[in-house]
Amino acid sequence: MQTNTQKPGIGKVGTKIFRQQIFIPIAALLLLAIFNLIRDPSFYKITFGYNNLGDPVLSGSLINILDYGSELAILAIGMTLVTAASGGQDISVGAAMAISGSVVLRVLCGTNTRPETLQAPIIVAFLVSCVVAMLFGAFNGVLVAYFKIQPMVATLILFTAGRSIAAWINNNELPIISDPSFGYWGGFIPGIPIPTPFFIAVACMIIIALVLRFTNLGLYTQAVGINESSSKLNGLNPAFIKFLSFVILGLCVAVTGFIKVSRFSTINYSVIAKDIEMDAILAVALGGNPLGGGKFNISASIIGAYVIQFLTTTLYALKVPSDALPAYKAVVVIILVVLSTPIVREWLNNLWKKMKSKQIKEVA
Amino acid sequence: MLIRTFVPRFFIKIKGVNTLVKDKSVLEMRNIHKSFPGVRALQGVDFTLCEGEIHALMGENGAGKSTLIKVLTGVYGKDEGQIFLKGTDNEVSIHSPQDAQRLGISTVYQEITLCPNLSVAENMYIGRTEGIGQNWKKMNRDADKILQSLDIPAKSTQQLASCSIAVQQMVAIARAVDMDCKVLILDEPTSSLDEQEVAKLFKLMRELKAKGVGIIFVTHFLDQVYEVCDKITVLRDGQLVGEYEIKELPRVQLVSKMLGKDLDDMSDIRSESATYDKEDASTLVFEANELVSDAGIKPFDFYIKKGEVNGFTGLLGSGRSECVRAIFGADRVLGGTVKKNGKTVKITKPLDAMKNGIAYLPEDRKVDGIVGDLSVRENIILALQVLKGFFKPFSKAETYKFAEEYIKLLGIKTASADTPIKSLSGGNQQKAILARWLLMNPEYLILDEPTRGIDVGTKVDIQKLVLKLASEGMSVTFISSETDEMLRTCSRLIVMRDRKVVGELSGDDLSQNKIMSTIAGGGRE
Repeated sequence: MQTNTQKPGIGKVGTKIFRQQIFIPIAALLLLAIFNLIRDPSFYKITFGYNNLGDPVLSGSLINILDYGSELAILAIGMTLVTAASGGQDISVGAAMAISGSVVLRVLCGTNTRPETLQAPIIVAFLVSCVVAMLFGAFNGVLVAYFKIQPMVATLILFTAGRSIAAWINNNELPIISDPSFGYWGGFIPGIPIPTPFFIAVACMIIIALVLRFTNLGLYTQAVGINESSSKLNGLNPAFIKFLSFVILGLCVAVTGFIKVSRFSTINYSVIAKDIEMDAILAVALGGNPLGGGKFNISASIIGAYVIQFLTTTLYALKVPSDALPAYKAVVVIILVVLSTPIVREWLNNLWKKMKSKQIKEVA
Repeated sequence: MLIRTFVPRFFIKIKGVNTLVKDKSVLEMRNIHKSFPGVRALQGVDFTLCEGEIHALMGENGAGKSTLIKVLTGVYGKDEGQIFLKGTDNEVSIHSPQDAQRLGISTVYQEITLCPNLSVAENMYIGRTEGIGQNWKKMNRDADKILQSLDIPAKSTQQLASCSIAVQQMVAIARAVDMDCKVLILDEPTSSLDEQEVAKLFKLMRELKAKGVGIIFVTHFLDQVYEVCDKITVLRDGQLVGEYEIKELPRVQLVSKMLGKDLDDMSDIRSESATYDKEDASTLVFEANELVSDAGIKPFDFYIKKGEVNGFTGLLGSGRSECVRAIFGADRVLGGTVKKNGKTVKITKPLDAMKNGIAYLPEDRKVDGIVGDLSVRENIILALQVLKGFFKPFSKAETYKFAEEYIKLLGIKTASADTPIKSLSGGNQQKAILARWLLMNPEYLILDEPTRGIDVGTKVDIQKLVLKLASEGMSVTFISSETDEMLRTCSRLIVMRDRKVVGELSGDDLSQNKIMSTIAGGGRE
């Protein structure tokens, strides 16, 4: 095909690709993939086996990425909306996950911290945690939208207090769920060898895609993020849109919090989902979304989330000591974030154009 | 009509003299030039201020008032020209606001620039104490003395925030006075004050005047100028129009000088709009009674008939936009009723107005109009989409159809419907915003300065469009700073001055002369 098309044609396609917001996260994903392929092809080895419950499971680095990246991807959906609408970020995500996870355990355990049987259906526990997480989202939303507090400052409150609240919900005890069916959500459903979080993430992606398709959430959020004053004169209620974005993020937090506690069947208040908000914000930035609000692309954020997990897993595979990991990660992230800025994208674009025109001249 | 000849030109241009010309003047600015990229903000402006004089600096938007003030206070450097002050033999150079303050030029801005959480005395002496120690008793005593001598109703130990805005403004003035200022610049100090507060401020200004301070008073309230000032300097488009004694310059003349239209050679452009003034169009569509918003306008009555084009006219800041914003619910409505076809409707937010068929094209296109990063298509469908509802988005195909239709209809020059609106020229942005509201098919369209900053061709297009829409039965309110334009399109004009409606003109009264005399108030003389 390519040999048949004319040179300028290719140039045009190239420019279009470079201009796409989604280009950088995809390119980063490919680069990481190629790097691992050259370094050690066994990175991609996927083995089939059985876990200690006797269920079939797939394991390997890629499965790992799909598993843990999915948590981040779900958070990235909510974080993208909050960023677009309010022009700021929610840094209380990790603490809020601790709260919602704690609520799940509390409902399942009832009064006993080590129950033999579940004290309530899992779905009830999940729904209660959704309500609680959305309420905390609403709390952040009210501070940002109606009291006009900077998002980072407003969410600092919950960031500071959240883990204590989480511990308080369970009287600072460590409940443990022994029922294996609770572990399915963060692990494997019997008979399905692919980790469940991936399916949950896919479900979230489908839901947000449908919401964006069948409501005006996307248009309203972008309009408010770009020009609040103008949105107001067009009949929108900017404060409510901002508030809504925080509530949606609350829902995402409940889902990921649920996955997290299901993984361990218990909770460690000070460690669970620690610093995950930073990865979620990074996913949004890596997706090329302006952190000052306005236009957004959720697909790019989701890919960004998987890129971050890919990177983390790659660094582990490289045997980087876990305490040095953040530093290595930071180096790669800064490169990716700089590359995904509009300035660099435009520059790459021009470079590509120049190269193409040179080629054409040489051919001529 | 011959008034102009009675106005003696007090201003005398003197070149090549390096000291103050008049004994009594405290400040002389000569031949000041200042350019910004693409704009010549000041072109050879002269300004003279005498001792014990209140001197109004007048001009419309972009006339160069604030640039001149900023050159004088050292915020901007001047490109050319000289500034002389009393007591200095040579030209002074002012490079920073600190320089200006040291030379005795103090400025009080519209927004209070003091610290509200400190005491009155602290505010008066902040940044002026010498050494490390601070004699608080003495400071408070001194402050009280000054406050008393200026008759300012405040105590030195009182927290500034607990004073009214007017008193805060006076404290700012007291601070300036105490710093031994020779020249006091008051930049729109009265815009956030009520009448009594203004009266207090004027009393203080007169006292300072008696003490020999030269005051430059920047305001857009004509009544206030005539109440308190001695002289007026008028600027227009960065050029000096002239300096006049207040007694020698009737209001009408002042308005005509500010707008740049002489009463004599203003030919009456009888509007063609009479032809559109249909006889059967007598039904009132919208009616407002005693409507008032939090934007500082006086309560006003208003009505518009079916197929009528009316307009609000008045100088900048006279409250034109605030009136229509109140009708649209864009500012917080504090009182009054709005009736649609005789029935009372409740409009508290823009969405209410839109549901009642009102569309509003705002004055500031960049700030209130366009949603810059969104495409032309999204910008065009925005209002109709919001009206349709959150859960009922248009399909992509529908939005393209709407956008393409209006891009063609209004001749919007854009690469495609998906181009971000911010990359379009001003005129085309404006057309896209107009398309947004026309798509809503409103009964009543409010256009606030739709032609500002756009090319002549588009201006004419928009005027024609307005008349066409009206002939099809749409009611339109048209606001423009250019009176020609208003006369060409409107069949009835509501005249505003100092934030209240002062008159209404229609039929034979629609002429430049009549508009100006109504704006100025007090009749033709």
